Amino acid sequence: MLEVEEVEKSFGGLAAVSECSLKVEEGSITGLIGPNGAGKTTLFNVITGYYKPDKGKIIFQGQGIDGLLPHQIFQKKIYRTFQITREFAQMTVLENVMLMPEQQIGEKIWNTWFRPGLVRSQEKAIKEMALDVLEFVELIDLKDEYAGSLSGGQKKLLELARSMMAEPKMVLLDEPGSGVNPTLMKKLIANIRKLCEEKKITFFLIEHDMDLVMDLCNPVIVMSEGKKLAEGTPEEIKKDERVLEAYLGGQYR
Amino acid sequence: MEIGGILAYMVSLAIMAGIYAIFCLGLNIQWGYTGLFNIGIAGFFCIGAYATAMITTPKPTGLYAHYVHQIFGLNLPFVMGLLGAALICGIVAFLIGIPTLRLGEDYLAISTIGIAETFRLIFNNEHWLANGPRGLMGLPQPFQGLVDPKHYNYIYLIIIVIIVVIVYLSIERAIRSPWGRVLRAIREDEVSAAMSGKDIFHFKMQSLVFGAMVMGIGGALYAHYTKAISPDVFTPLYGTFIIWVMLMAGGSGNNKGAVLGAYVIWFMWTGTTFMTNLLPYTLKARAPYIRFLLIMILLEIILIYRPRGLLGEEKKVSKLVD
Repeated sequence: MLEVEEVEKSFGGLAAVSECSLKVEEGSITGLIGPNGAGKTTLFNVITGYYKPDKGKIIFQGQGIDGLLPHQIFQKKIYRTFQITREFAQMTVLENVMLMPEQQIGEKIWNTWFRPGLVRSQEKAIKEMALDVLEFVELIDLKDEYAGSLSGGQKKLLELARSMMAEPKMVLLDEPGSGVNPTLMKKLIANIRKLCEEKKITFFLIEHDMDLVMDLCNPVIVMSEGKKLAEGTPEEIKKDERVLEAYLGGQYR
Repeated sequence: MEIGGILAYMVSLAIMAGIYAIFCLGLNIQWGYTGLFNIGIAGFFCIGAYATAMITTPKPTGLYAHYVHQIFGLNLPFVMGLLGAALICGIVAFLIGIPTLRLGEDYLAISTIGIAETFRLIFNNEHWLANGPRGLMGLPQPFQGLVDPKHYNYIYLIIIVIIVVIVYLSIERAIRSPWGRVLRAIREDEVSAAMSGKDIFHFKMQSLVFGAMVMGIGGALYAHYTKAISPDVFTPLYGTFIIWVMLMAGGSGNNKGAVLGAYVIWFMWTGTTFMTNLLPYTLKARAPYIRFLLIMILLEIILIYRPRGLLGEEKKVSKLVD
């Protein structure tokens, strides 16, 4: 579904991602792991248009998407979340979620003045959908609170709610489990799995919590020094010597 | 002062505050909802005023043309002046937006204040354009013949109130809709809004242009009120910073707050003239500066004790279907 072909991205002299090639299969929950500074988040940023790749190609469902702007990537039905959540703090939880649907009629200023009926009926539908989504992630009681006042874990759930609202084909999650307590984590894992199975959303996620990765992801891709180092099932990865070396520096061999 | 005089004075205050309320509403679209740091309001004030002056007055002819230079004069009615001022300000904002909206917000601030000063100096120095520092005069006022000129201000106040209400309602409608929701998302986190599929540049442009058009209407209403304009009116202090003080005091992100702030601050600002009249003779020469000092102290008090202004942003803004 997503193919990254020999992508390179450098900052000054430092190649954060260099000649990185990998594939994410449709309908999978693919994990991306690797030591700090391996280039995982940079790769996400390149895929989602935040950075332009210096070299290489990114193909999504047979179409090249490298060099598109972030909102154009979104229109291709790819959504991403951030390592440190980026909610719209001074807006309510419900408004955060209602923002997501694409091409809303009321986003055109003329329509708000001259076609108020149409805007209102669509807004009603969006609101109902948003309430359903908030029900699903169990944030419904907090719908009228400022998003900025949620706890770290609740913000992760809000990100998930927003990604559901976007009706994406693929979601890139950057450390969905960081700062989430174990109970909430179980909920998060269950939700991701449910979305993958029921809504056929492909997930590609960076995670440092190995329990989460081993439990949820298949396959797992390992990155190190800007390149793909290994790929396989969780079991294979656990045993892979190169992976241990990359993480632990080789002295435990 | 007899009672009629006091009333007439209050009416003139209410007119000026109403004009400032329109500027505040325009700034609120740009800053309050979108986070665009425009400190060049005076530029749109200036262009709006000159635009309507040239649209509603005839081009000078005969002997008069030797003394008054004016690049064009269309002699059209008041309403056309307002619409023309809005349109021209919108076009100017669009042109300014193309290079500056891609900049970070500090740079937008620097470039807008520079552009505003540039406009003022162009009108000041280019005599052929709009008569240089002597300015333009003889702007028509609508319904002028209807009452004794002594009482004309009452009619103008009604016109101002009607226009404030129209502007207020049209902004409210747009802000309560998904359009306003996108603007607020951009204000909160631009990157996240882009990743949520919103075309940041286009929405910022719409906000800048819409805000500037509202400011253009404000400038035009000012010009028809004073009937004569010259470039020295559009200084950063009267054209920009007092409007920021009004919006901060009233409540950025709240249109009711924007209008309230304009009235509160304008009444206080003019109130300070009475206070400085009480000053001892030796300090009187410094009265204008003491007034600035007082107004800035007031702003600081507001920011410390009511950082969100008198009326802050409402918690739920997108309430089209509540």
